[in-house]
Amino acid sequence: MTVSPAELDVILLSLKVALWCVGLSLLPALLIAWVLARREFYGKTVLNVLIHLPIVLPPVVVGYFLLVLLGNRGPVGGWLLENFGISLIFNWKGVVAATAVMSFPFITRAIRQAIEAVDRNLEVAALTLGRSPVMVFLTITLPLIIPGILAGITLGFARALGEFGATITFVANIPGETQTLPLAIYSLLQTPDADTAVWRLVIISVVLAFVAIALSEWLTRRSVQQLGGRDDA
Amino acid sequence: MMLEIRLKKTVGRFHLNATFSAEHGLTAVFGPSGAGKTLLAKTLAGLVTPDEGHIEIGGRTLYNTAKNINIPVHQRHIGFVFQEHRLFPHYSVRGNLTYGRGPQRSSNPITFDKVVEILGIGSLLERKPASLSGGERQRVAIGRALLSHPKILIMDEPLSSLDEGRKAEILPLIEALKSEFDLPTLYISHSIEEITRLADTILLLDNGEMKAAGPTGDILSRLDLIPYAGGYDAGTLIEAKVTSYEPGHHMLTLETESGGKLLITGGAKEIGTPVRLRIRARDVALSKSEPKSLSILNRFKGRVVDHCSGAEGMEELLLDVGFPLTARITRKSFEEMKLSKDTPIWALVKAVTISRS
Repeated sequence: MTVSPAELDVILLSLKVALWCVGLSLLPALLIAWVLARREFYGKTVLNVLIHLPIVLPPVVVGYFLLVLLGNRGPVGGWLLENFGISLIFNWKGVVAATAVMSFPFITRAIRQAIEAVDRNLEVAALTLGRSPVMVFLTITLPLIIPGILAGITLGFARALGEFGATITFVANIPGETQTLPLAIYSLLQTPDADTAVWRLVIISVVLAFVAIALSEWLTRRSVQQLGGRDDA
Repeated sequence: MMLEIRLKKTVGRFHLNATFSAEHGLTAVFGPSGAGKTLLAKTLAGLVTPDEGHIEIGGRTLYNTAKNINIPVHQRHIGFVFQEHRLFPHYSVRGNLTYGRGPQRSSNPITFDKVVEILGIGSLLERKPASLSGGERQRVAIGRALLSHPKILIMDEPLSSLDEGRKAEILPLIEALKSEFDLPTLYISHSIEEITRLADTILLLDNGEMKAAGPTGDILSRLDLIPYAGGYDAGTLIEAKVTSYEPGHHMLTLETESGGKLLITGGAKEIGTPVRLRIRARDVALSKSEPKSLSILNRFKGRVVDHCSGAEGMEELLLDVGFPLTARITRKSFEEMKLSKDTPIWALVKAVTISRS
């Protein structure tokens, strides 16, 4: 089965969006995961609820919020347009914004659980050995949570590839601009006699999912081996 | 003064109130579980903030309530060996050993090669902690703390997670490190055996309060401290030198500083080798006349210096037999023998009961 140029556009756009989504979310997710796992502060519950809201709200509602906030006349969108000339409306950047909001809770959650599982006694031991808290984070905590970060990346990437509701509400379904895999499948389903085309995209989706999961499994196994794995071979 | 400490800390209903100073050498903090030993160690290392007090190490103030000084953990230069090894699972043994960062002094006698050699971990360097045995892990943990080049070393019950065999394997290594590097060390333990063997000075801690502090020999021969310093297993520390070895009987003859002679079983040792011995008070028998035709080899002539009643029908005695020796006999015997201060006495110790440290 050869992939047509139109299908290739859809695949490349989906991958581009998913990569940007995970790339942009990773550092803020790490920071917020650490804050939620390690700090007690006023308003922690509010922050926690806010982060998890996209999981429980209907995606269409999230998309509507984004339209209100990030639209060219919205408070955040207007500011972005005025200061950076960035408009998120009806282009791929808007898709990245929508998918990022939807996958952020999944990435944060995976990393937070990994941080909570780190034996803090190890960090204390590292401090007594004369390393500063920042170095302790970089040399002890961070390496130990790499499997969790990989899990977060996989979940976030998968969520971004499959995002539908928030995207179509926020930036519509424009071929070549905002039409990712699920949106393309949706369009074809509305088209008469497009069964074959639908099946082709469905198969491509399944293949992409398989590759992503296999890659993540392989990376995770490798990092777990490096972390505490036995090496008595 | 190497270590100056005055601190108060309340945790729940527990009050820790410790004031002491320590010189070079190995200072043992001894006391039963729940005495506050670990809390004291954590406070020194900066892992727990005291309610008030003053902590000074080698002339550097690490904590002072009045002056509002509280140096963070990583700048205190206190090496810490924990009860559990706490090795970093993602680093090799070598990576663990070289992880620490201390004040680099070019003439530092604690070098990587020497530590690895004394601890016998040269063959483990490229392995990960997960593949090491419990004893090996604790040896690496000790090496890691030493190689962070600390001003002092705190060992918080470093052997408590190990079985007897592993303990017996690591104790001589701690002794070797002590004589090689002479790093001021605070050794926390509830094992009177370990303390008698290692400590130059003892701090007795009970229920958060300091009961006594002083040279190991003195503390262990004080009758009033028996309840805190070993209780049932209390005994005297005797430092002696090997004067002869009898291969046929596998016997060593030792001489204490004051000239007392002792016989113990043991393998060949060079003449003049210093030996630390512990004679438990309950292993000492007394006789008013010179005993004859007995299997007991160690018979010391001396006198009763002091006595006090111990637990449940026991009488604790301090004897002078050329060196101080504590003895524990039943009160029944004590009364029937009409013992009192200055009574001349023979003390009998079976050679096989003497534990050689």
